[in-house]
Amino acid sequence: MSGTGHEHEDDHSHDHGHHHKETFVTKFIFSQDHKMISKQYLITGLIMGFIGIAMSIMFRMQLAWPGEEIPVFEAILGRWAPDGVMDADIYLALVTIHGTIMVFFVLTAGLSGTFSNLLIPLQCGARDMASGFLNMLSYWMFFLSSVIMTLSLFVEAGPAAAGWTIYPPLSALPMAQPGSGMGMTLWLVSMAIFIASSLLGSLNYIVTVINLRTKGMSMTRLPLTIWAFLVTAVIGVISFPVLLSAALLLIMDRSFGTSFFLSDIFIQGEVLHYQGGSPVLFEHLFWFLGHPEVYIVILPAMGMVSEVMSVNARKPIFGYRAMIASILAIAFLSTIVWGHHMFISGMNPFLGSVFTFTTLLIAIPSAVKAFNWITTLWKGNLQLNAGMLFSIGMVSTFITGGLTGIILGDSTLDINVHDTYFVVAHFHLVMGISALYGLFAGVYHWFPKMFQGRMMNKNLGYVHFWITAVGSYGIFFPMHFVGMAGVPRRYYENTAFPMFDELTDVQVLMTVFAIITAAAQLVFAYNFIVSIFYGKRGPQNPWQANTLEWTAPQEHFHGNWHGAIPEVHRWAYDYSKTDDNGEYIIPGQDFVPQTVPMKEGEEELHH
Amino acid sequence: MTTLLIIAVLVLVAVAIWQMTKIFELSQLKTEYAEVASERDNRYNGYLMFVFLIFIYGITIFSFWKYSKVLLPEASSAHGADYDYLMLVSFVIIFIVQTLTQALLHYFAYKYRGEKGKKALYYADNDRLEFIWTIIPVIVLAGLILWGLYSWTNIMDINDEDDPLIVELYAQQFNWTARYGGADNVLGGANVRRIDIDKANVLGLDEADPNAADDVIVKELHLPVGRKVNFKFRSQDVLHSAYMPHFRAQMNCVPGMTTEFSFTPITTTEQIRQNPDVIDKVKRTNKIRAERAANGEPNSDPWEYDYVLICNKICGKSHYNMQMKIIVETEEEYNQWMAEQQTFQQTMASMQ
Repeated sequence: MSGTGHEHEDDHSHDHGHHHKETFVTKFIFSQDHKMISKQYLITGLIMGFIGIAMSIMFRMQLAWPGEEIPVFEAILGRWAPDGVMDADIYLALVTIHGTIMVFFVLTAGLSGTFSNLLIPLQCGARDMASGFLNMLSYWMFFLSSVIMTLSLFVEAGPAAAGWTIYPPLSALPMAQPGSGMGMTLWLVSMAIFIASSLLGSLNYIVTVINLRTKGMSMTRLPLTIWAFLVTAVIGVISFPVLLSAALLLIMDRSFGTSFFLSDIFIQGEVLHYQGGSPVLFEHLFWFLGHPEVYIVILPAMGMVSEVMSVNARKPIFGYRAMIASILAIAFLSTIVWGHHMFISGMNPFLGSVFTFTTLLIAIPSAVKAFNWITTLWKGNLQLNAGMLFSIGMVSTFITGGLTGIILGDSTLDINVHDTYFVVAHFHLVMGISALYGLFAGVYHWFPKMFQGRMMNKNLGYVHFWITAVGSYGIFFPMHFVGMAGVPRRYYENTAFPMFDELTDVQVLMTVFAIITAAAQLVFAYNFIVSIFYGKRGPQNPWQANTLEWTAPQEHFHGNWHGAIPEVHRWAYDYSKTDDNGEYIIPGQDFVPQTVPMKEGEEELHH
Repeated sequence: MTTLLIIAVLVLVAVAIWQMTKIFELSQLKTEYAEVASERDNRYNGYLMFVFLIFIYGITIFSFWKYSKVLLPEASSAHGADYDYLMLVSFVIIFIVQTLTQALLHYFAYKYRGEKGKKALYYADNDRLEFIWTIIPVIVLAGLILWGLYSWTNIMDINDEDDPLIVELYAQQFNWTARYGGADNVLGGANVRRIDIDKANVLGLDEADPNAADDVIVKELHLPVGRKVNFKFRSQDVLHSAYMPHFRAQMNCVPGMTTEFSFTPITTTEQIRQNPDVIDKVKRTNKIRAERAANGEPNSDPWEYDYVLICNKICGKSHYNMQMKIIVETEEEYNQWMAEQQTFQQTMASMQ
């Protein structure tokens, strides 16, 4: 654990043709440098994340103390909370926008956008993305869609409020709820732009990984992060266009009187002209994206956890090829399981059987991944940095949340827990919290790479992790019981049912944990902002990792490496590798960077 | 108010911890790479990992001890017992896996915490191990899949055997209506385009259809115990979901199409009220409601246990209060109640 294994590039030659005059605008705003774009994604994503979390705190307070006058509500929501009592319409709007923001803006763009941009060129050994211009366009379209989504909060009749799944007819008819007017229009416009942004980004990631790997970087030498980003991008390209078509057809139904999703509707005293459409069709189109989307969210987190865990365990990731195989298997299966969201939608029960089968199959590659992570820890020399803690935490919440998927994926058992808090608890643990842990692991681990060698404060990191870890279980573990008691989700208050009276205590407990956990995120925000400006600079390779990004100089310039791009001679996981005599390959150092050629007589010990 | 105080205290505690770490940080000697985990960090976080394992077990035990009683009572439908049993078996499997994997994960994190001079084991793969933990989930899941599919096929096989009672559940923002087939047990044709509010034809029945004449439209669902009921679901405006948690039954109501579900109620409302779990629940709930009454708060009337039909698909502003009472009773009570109801034809006639 001492010394650094870099051949320091003393040759600061500036002749690689990537230097051009940079102004403030080209460097910080319309930058085409993947590192700057990645920071733009991260900061936009984090800001959206704080909006999303603030919303969740408000509706959790509403659930814990229904009907009470809470001054904070009036201060923030204004006319939507007269005398501090939250209005039922704004409650639905809050859960809708919370879901939309967290799933798409934080965990898709903020997570995958940030780290795909940062790591794909750096870990593959490329000077930048295949198309810097498209990459810049992708970010700015994401930014535009974030702005539109945020603006929709200020619409007269309120933002979209039909749930993040925006099922028609509720989302199609302004007379069904006020949020389905201008608010929903802006939601759809924002998402259409978001999808275009995501597609531009994904195509860029795919091309870069396939074409721009450095010499020696074969596919089986790629770090698992890159595999995860590549496969995520592929799923995105396959499924996002389907959501775009659903959104376009919904716009047609809403604005031009077509009947794709609507039929036989009588509302507010009159029959509407729609005939022959089907809301079930929308559900199919939505979940054809919607389900792969949860893997778009979790796969990058899995890839980053694999990398961070291996580095900090000072051990190779266990079962590298099995990890790749399970990423591919999960990706393939993820596109044929969407119907498990629709077991009781009225679709043919035989289809339900098929989707049960495919859904439970996906548990197999997931189990393999979990066991491989656990084995990676076994007999390691674990460096418990904040990034490592979040990686271990991610495995924990992924297992806890994933196991209840066996219940929900079983069409029979789904009948009585469908759309209850059991589902909410399940997906928050397995994709919400787990993906956020992946995001945090990534931020703590690659912060030095993003901000010229500055590091985040570790003690604040520890405080952040431990409060978040306890709080997350505190919120979502008891929530399973609320669901099994039969409490439906998206209820403004549960007071209309005496059978739910005794659950108010649980709601209060979960809300208190939620507030504490949200407060811990302020510690993170403080640490993040202060460290950008005042963080202590560490060495070039602070975690003593093998991957290529740590061979690049700390200061940022377009092109990543001075002089030639480093060549790769081995896979990314030669940690604690020893020769026949039990000595490290590089004496006195427990890691062998990918740029170090194989020693004479050294064998590849993995396959 | 007390809760608010609790929050305030907890926030202050969090702030205190944060400040303490800052002081701790300032008091530390500046080493070169201060932000990388030190020997000490590894040790303390390793211990904390072990404590965290105990916390996970603790919150599991706490939740079971404290919240098991809030779960739904035993199923009141014929297929419900199968459902509950499959749920129980799935949960047993889940908890075995959860207990073991969390133990391994956190114990390894504690046991193998970093120490100076420790050498990690270079252990890149092992085909046999990976085969084992691929094949075990395959076998367990195959069993669960087959069992689940068998139950699913049985539950979703909706047929006319055993003379089922035909009932339509009709959803609209924000209430339910039930329609019985009447003497002929056949529902008359209906469509939203035939709705005539002025004539009280609120479900859009075809007035010319002879099957519709004897249909009975009510706002409270009565079911005879022991007789299979085939439900037909309709919605007139947006998606709703007919959720009958006590019967382990749920189906979406979709405008433009008719969906179906079928079950046989096996416990009458009177019987379920005598269930010891239910008696306890009612006692606990009425204690809460009595406290509310004492404080002059709303929702304080004493409660009598009833089955309910609730809406479980977001449908707009009053989604949270879209419900209908379900009463399961003996055949005689049901017949007596039915005899008191007006048929569609009688209602139409009285409107003339």
